[in-house]
Amino acid sequence: MHGDHAPATSAGPAGPAEPSASGQSSFDRVIAGDGRIEPRDEMPDDYRKSLIRQISQHAHSEIIGMQPEGNWITRAPSLHRKAILMAKVQDEAGHGLYLYSAAETLGASREDMMQALLAGKARYSSIFNYPTPTWADIGAIGWLVDGAAICNQVPLCRASYGPYARAMIRICKEESFHQRQGFEILLTLSRGTPAQHELAQEAVNRWYAPSLMMFGPPDADSPNSAKSMAWKIKRFSNDELRQRFVDMLVPQAQALGLTLPDPDLRWNAERGHYDFGELDWSEFKAVLAGQGQCNVQRVEHRRRAHTEGAWVREAAMAHAAKKAARQQQSARGAA
Amino acid sequence: MTPQLVSATAPNGADHAAVPSSRQADMADMADMAEYLLWLGDDALVSAQRLGEWITNAPELEEDVALGNIGLDQLGQARALLSYAGELLGRNEDELAYFRDDVDFRCTHLVSLPRGDFADAVVRLLLVGAYSEQLYAALTTSADERLAGIAAKAIKEVRYHVEHAAGWAVRLGDGTDESHRRMQDALNRAWPYLDELFDPHPLTDHLDGIAVDPATLKEPALQRITAVLDEATLTVPATQRVAGGGRDGRPSEHLGPMLAVMQVLARAHPGASW
Repeated sequence: MHGDHAPATSAGPAGPAEPSASGQSSFDRVIAGDGRIEPRDEMPDDYRKSLIRQISQHAHSEIIGMQPEGNWITRAPSLHRKAILMAKVQDEAGHGLYLYSAAETLGASREDMMQALLAGKARYSSIFNYPTPTWADIGAIGWLVDGAAICNQVPLCRASYGPYARAMIRICKEESFHQRQGFEILLTLSRGTPAQHELAQEAVNRWYAPSLMMFGPPDADSPNSAKSMAWKIKRFSNDELRQRFVDMLVPQAQALGLTLPDPDLRWNAERGHYDFGELDWSEFKAVLAGQGQCNVQRVEHRRRAHTEGAWVREAAMAHAAKKAARQQQSARGAA
Repeated sequence: MTPQLVSATAPNGADHAAVPSSRQADMADMADMAEYLLWLGDDALVSAQRLGEWITNAPELEEDVALGNIGLDQLGQARALLSYAGELLGRNEDELAYFRDDVDFRCTHLVSLPRGDFADAVVRLLLVGAYSEQLYAALTTSADERLAGIAAKAIKEVRYHVEHAAGWAVRLGDGTDESHRRMQDALNRAWPYLDELFDPHPLTDHLDGIAVDPATLKEPALQRITAVLDEATLTVPATQRVAGGGRDGRPSEHLGPMLAVMQVLARAHPGASW
């Protein structure tokens, strides 16, 4: 889950009413005992809505996130890289599918979730509103964006809602491969020609701060965090995860031979962590509010693909109906 | 006519029987062998490149996954074939993919036609798939063991591709009025390019026991295609074929722009590794 999602502006589908007293106490017991809530269990309406919001936004992020990388499939500079990139973007479509399915177990419909995305009502991770002008962006997305996603998502493998946690286990395995391939792209560029090294550094300069902002606003400004942590959907705060990410990046950047664009970045022996500079949250808020370079383009692309595919989906439904009618008729004839 | 390796059509059957099964490429003319591998490899690469254009544009997420998968299979076939060709020519797969101009490619025109709509994708996948299914099935017994191995892997993949295309052809052909019209239009657009896949060519005569005479693939491939079209309530177009030339360095007009996109980054950094 990317942490920069604001509360959904569209309410999720109305779930069942609040649990009975015994249902509530059983829910509380499961949460307290670090157990798993399953689709048929009673659960508070807020818990259901909060999960639908989080899981559908995560699904949308996977689907929209296919675009900045899909941008380089046709131009990937070697057949090996092309194959990896096609597989990666395809994995993301697969992640979207598992996540929509997980949300469906809570009573949301994929069609409604998709319509909310197309109508611009549902959010997805803001990071995908940044452009990918160079090949090195594919490396930077893998290393930084997928890296941040993993920091966010590994704890979600223990989230209290069973279908979400199980989907995350599979997704995290694939994401960790994605991150390694991003690192490897950057390493190859960094050790390549001076022009390639420059491409890698320039991409890292652009993606570093946005990737740190993927953990969401500082804890003090994060309205949904407390409840999610009480419900054990979320296990660590935005700032804790961000720190963990920076601590992980510094040695990796050294291995890459690339610089992280933060003059305030330094080891703090007392804390046992790296200190890092203030992030420009005004930019984060502007992109979240729709003013990123690609906000309009990303939703428009999805809307166009969906609209252009309408006749195909209609035909598939019509064919299925015809086939069912024919089968019924032949069954009647046989009777 | 059943698909067959070229030598089986030779008048002297005894010669064929005398060819040892372990016969390798070095017994054939290496340039001819490389040329044949480019035929197959370039068809696969250019198909994969077109399918790559579909990702994020498919009508359903499931189809983004499926077309991506098929494209990946084709890309895998292309890499195996181009790597082999490259070894014979002293070049690697990327030099062949990125540093040849359109006139040096050997793909047929059908695979390089513009992406079009989903009906075009389905039709092309069905036509090229039905051809490839016969081609790779025949090549599994090629006297060139490495090519036979590539074909043995490819045939399993291509069978799925044809099934996938056939499923959509039937759904769309026998779906709504609009989908039927779009499928028939797409079929009419692609059909004139189909014959080029089956054109006989002197090259395969030179690769006795190794290559397949494309003409022998036509009948079984057409049987497969027309069976699907029947079920899909579509009509086999009566249109005439157009001149091909893809195997002889006369590529379609669409190949150049496609390669301009595909090769742009690699060519901007000659000698670089990625």
